Amino acid sequence: MDWTKIIWAVVIVAMILVLWPRAKQMMKDTPKAEKGDWQAVVLPLAFVVGFVILLIMLV
Amino acid sequence: MNRLDISAARPTESVLSTNKLIKNTYILLSMTLLFSAVTAAASVMLNVPGWTYMASVIGALLLIWLVLPRTANSSMGLVVVFGITGLMGFGLGPILNMYLSMANGPQIVGTAMAGTGIIFLGLSGYALSSKRDFSFMGGFLVAGLLVVFMAILANLFIALPALQLAISAAVIMLMSGFILYDTSRMVNGGETNYIMATIGLYLNIYNIFIHLLSLLGALSGDD
Repeated sequence: MDWTKIIWAVVIVAMILVLWPRAKQMMKDTPKAEKGDWQAVVLPLAFVVGFVILLIMLV
Repeated sequence: MNRLDISAARPTESVLSTNKLIKNTYILLSMTLLFSAVTAAASVMLNVPGWTYMASVIGALLLIWLVLPRTANSSMGLVVVFGITGLMGFGLGPILNMYLSMANGPQIVGTAMAGTGIIFLGLSGYALSSKRDFSFMGGFLVAGLLVVFMAILANLFIALPALQLAISAAVIMLMSGFILYDTSRMVNGGETNYIMATIGLYLNIYNIFIHLLSLLGALSGDD
């Protein structure tokens, strides 16, 4: 097996281990979305999706 | 009180310090992106070997995890930020050389750079001008990040091209969400350190660029 894959796997596992406590805390502390909050996110993210599709068609 | 009303109710001092934080963050972000571009160009010209990317990412991660938290409140933090961004830029050399060797490589790299810039400016501008509080996205984004890490780990061994494309698309969406989240944290007082704010936004931009490059490279007509 390619040794770089082993090193990348170790790096990714380390990233998961470092992120895990913070992720648990964030998931616990995150305030609940209010009415209209997710709509305000969907619009710009839809722009990103459309824009990336446009870029793919351009190259 | 509705979260949307918080910024309107803040005292003048708080607004001034927020404006200073935003200004310092964008100045430092511009400088680090420029420095990254210089180190990336040097790395491309030196034609560094493929493992440079891995070594640079590991070096940058060690700086982010072990050194940055201890120096972020001092002037030394600036040196560390330039160290991190310089390393990450240098690591781009082998990737850029791989794409530049393709027939339409320069077009792919240029499109990915311009696309990343437009996505960042559009999303950050939206979060700044709307002054919305996107803190409700935190749990969702970090859970998504963990899922993506696990997918990347799995794909190291199963190596499915379709999964690689799905991961790239997911990372672009997640990092776009993080741009909204991180920018809104600056506006709404969740982040008060411009060095930490800069490194967060830099990593969002870096990841969007890498994965947009990957998508464009894989899906361009001249692959």
